[in-house]
Amino acid sequence: MANFNLKINGKTHTVDVEDDTPLLWVLRDHLGLVGTKFSCGIAQCGACTVHLNGNSTFSCVTPVSSVGNAEVTTIEGLSEDGNHPVQKAWAEVDVAQCGYCQAGQIMNAAAFLNENSNPTMEEIDNAMNRNICRCGTYHKIREAVALAAKTK
Amino acid sequence: MSTLTKASRRDFLKIASTTAGGLFIGFNWFSCDSPKVEVLSTEEILSQAKSFNSYLSISPTGDVVIYSPNPELGQNIKTSFPMVVAEELEADWEKVRVVQANLDPAKYDRQLTGGSGAMPHSWERLRKAGATAKFVLVAAAAKTWNVPASEIKVEKGIISHEGTGKKGHFGEFVAEASTMTAPEEVTLKDKKDFKIIGTPVKNVDSKEMYTGQPMYGLDFYREGMLHAMIQRAPFGMKIKSVDDSAARGVTGVKDVITFGTSVAVVGTSTWPLLKAKKLIRVEYEPEGAVESSADHDRIFKELLATGKAEIKRENGDVASAFKNAAQVVSAEYQCPFLAHSPMEPENFFAHVKGDKVELIGPTQTPDRARQETATLLGIPPENVTVEITRLGGGFGRRLRADYVVEAVEVSRAMNAPVKVTWSREDELTGGAYRPAVRYRFEAALDATGNMVGYKLRGVGMNAGNCTRENNFPAGAVENVLIESIEHKSTITTNAWRAPITNFLAYAEQSFMDEVALAAKKDPVQFRLELLQKAKTSPVGGELGYDADRMIGVVKTAAEKSNWGKNPDVKQGFSVYFSHRSYVAQVADIAMEGGSPVLKKVTAVTDCGMVVNPTGANHQVRGGIVDGMGHAMYGNLTFENGVPKQKNFDSYRLIRMKEVPEIDVHYVDSGFDPTGLGEPALPPTGGAIANAIFSATGRRLRSQPFIEQKEFSDIKLEIRRG
Ligand code: FES
Ligand code: FES
Repeated sequence: MANFNLKINGKTHTVDVEDDTPLLWVLRDHLGLVGTKFSCGIAQCGACTVHLNGNSTFSCVTPVSSVGNAEVTTIEGLSEDGNHPVQKAWAEVDVAQCGYCQAGQIMNAAAFLNENSNPTMEEIDNAMNRNICRCGTYHKIREAVALAAKTK
Repeated sequence: MSTLTKASRRDFLKIASTTAGGLFIGFNWFSCDSPKVEVLSTEEILSQAKSFNSYLSISPTGDVVIYSPNPELGQNIKTSFPMVVAEELEADWEKVRVVQANLDPAKYDRQLTGGSGAMPHSWERLRKAGATAKFVLVAAAAKTWNVPASEIKVEKGIISHEGTGKKGHFGEFVAEASTMTAPEEVTLKDKKDFKIIGTPVKNVDSKEMYTGQPMYGLDFYREGMLHAMIQRAPFGMKIKSVDDSAARGVTGVKDVITFGTSVAVVGTSTWPLLKAKKLIRVEYEPEGAVESSADHDRIFKELLATGKAEIKRENGDVASAFKNAAQVVSAEYQCPFLAHSPMEPENFFAHVKGDKVELIGPTQTPDRARQETATLLGIPPENVTVEITRLGGGFGRRLRADYVVEAVEVSRAMNAPVKVTWSREDELTGGAYRPAVRYRFEAALDATGNMVGYKLRGVGMNAGNCTRENNFPAGAVENVLIESIEHKSTITTNAWRAPITNFLAYAEQSFMDEVALAAKKDPVQFRLELLQKAKTSPVGGELGYDADRMIGVVKTAAEKSNWGKNPDVKQGFSVYFSHRSYVAQVADIAMEGGSPVLKKVTAVTDCGMVVNPTGANHQVRGGIVDGMGHAMYGNLTFENGVPKQKNFDSYRLIRMKEVPEIDVHYVDSGFDPTGLGEPALPPTGGAIANAIFSATGRRLRSQPFIEQKEFSDIKLEIRRG
């Protein structure tokens, strides 16, 4: 076990865990930040997506020891009160079915739009292809990403 | 899920054009209209509220709490049920809070999610719940104001009397109303006066979902709770010996316990358990048949040829019809096992406290969880409480209680509260799959191309009856023989979204195309002729479907898809009745670089009245995406009782780029609403396979499509046009 100081959602948290513990489980089991979801555990589905210095990252395969000083943002810290443009667009388009994948989808979309604020539909499809939605809300996801891109 | 929204739920988004020509979303999760209104938590409202019936409580503040008894797994029941209650109550939707009810068999019956049955089952009683509450509120106002109840109007939670100019919100009459008895019978609204039903009401859990609030079973944590993960035996095997020494050495592991064919590692957090589980050395020995996919292929062939079948339907003289036929068409179709793969893996919290048990988690059948727990522990079911969390998908997997009872076992052994979590590997290898099935179809045609004989013989692996003998084309053909054979496999199976029909529909509707082709008839015309016969002179006894409603969706789908009108687009047709709804689909294929590419699916649905258009579109599109994804890629194969595909790297699910345009339409047949969680899925595979045939001349007779060797030289694709 070792102590790690993590910068998460603008605050510093100290956790005492094994080096190889994935950031996902540090968030969920040790810090109570359960908005970041577990689904495949092997970087295939995107349910666990967080931002590391603003980049979309699969937290299920990110050992806590590799995080260092990076700024971690989770769905809980994406905005003050759910008012990030992507969250707003998600609500407006009414994207979710079961909703389980959606935190990861939102985090991926937010990082993508930060890089590319005026994407084509094809670029949206490419970017969002890394997240699986078992309920098949893909049409709504692309609509919401496009809406978020148009709004501010 | 309680302290979520304030006064307004629907008013948190306003879209208006900005000068820049873009869109601006004025956003507030809470009420924009009444910022000064003190916002109460749902608990605060409930502490003052009076209960009117199992579904409804109203507080003196006029806030309405509507309980949603059925588990919510994405079918949107937690939004659509309350809409029905609120409609008859004439509530202000902005003042409605929705609370997921816990298991309570005294208050609710059929508290489960499955079979697309919730809405048809509850439609009347939800309306009645709202209408009777409105009745007593009106009676209370009439008494208070000393005016006739018949002169009182209710709109958006406001009760008013025009003659005297009196007016008040629901809350003002709650005390008086609660002294009154609700009537046995009550007049329901005329459907044409509906204000909430039929409108696109937004998901009541939006904010919690999009801000990452704890709401799913896996999000449940309690002080002092232990975590557990379980190593389960291959199918047909039992434990011979366990070496858990290495697993026990992992920091964070508290104990390793064995029960039945399972070995559980228990600890204080999840990650150590994921590591330790891999270190458990278990030696297994056969307990029954240890099957591989090659065995299944052999069993299918043997049983189709010589197995003793149960006759499910027999009309006319089948032997003569085939003997005298001008032409006989026959084909076999096969589908593999599939996992349910809800995005939230199975999990459950259990706390055994003496002869009482507390259960919390995602289940489609809370009562089954309760009953199986009671049976395991030998305690009365009343001693078990079940709190239903939101479910991260279900698809039928959570109709079983195996993963609940395991948590009870571990909690009992550890004498502590425990949450059992499944990994994705556990989910794919841990059983209760969509059964593998193989069918043989035969059709007899007369000289003019009429289908005069139809035979279907199916073999399923733990599939129960793998046919649907009262479904189309039964009733449309004079001589019919439908037979089912079940092979009892050690591989566990379970209902999977649209049980049986999720594959049978593809096989039947593809075969129907083969017969139409042999009869030299247009596939749509061929189906319509058969349906006309089923309508005017139905053959045999009971028919499960209404031929008229099926004709309705067939004709509308042909029209909406421009069936046969564009020579550059190759189309495939399919229509199916399941779970009381009718869905016809047309798949459009374009050839690109020698490859058939699925570009569009047109779907026409008759599910009676559409309660919530957003939810309905979700279910239709979601069902189609599910159907095409699994038809294209889904495959679970076995080697000595263990699935070869263990995670999403080898078990492929459909993704964003593979989803074509889906054009959704509804037929308003005037019937009461039927469920929509399942019916859109069954027709999809057939529409795609028929379109691929029309584009390539090659017939897909088994799934998954991309693994068929007839297609090894060309690439099959689905993607957006
Ligand atoms: S859980 Fe991390 S990618 Fe699936
Ligand atoms: S909404 Fe259920 S997995 Fe995406």
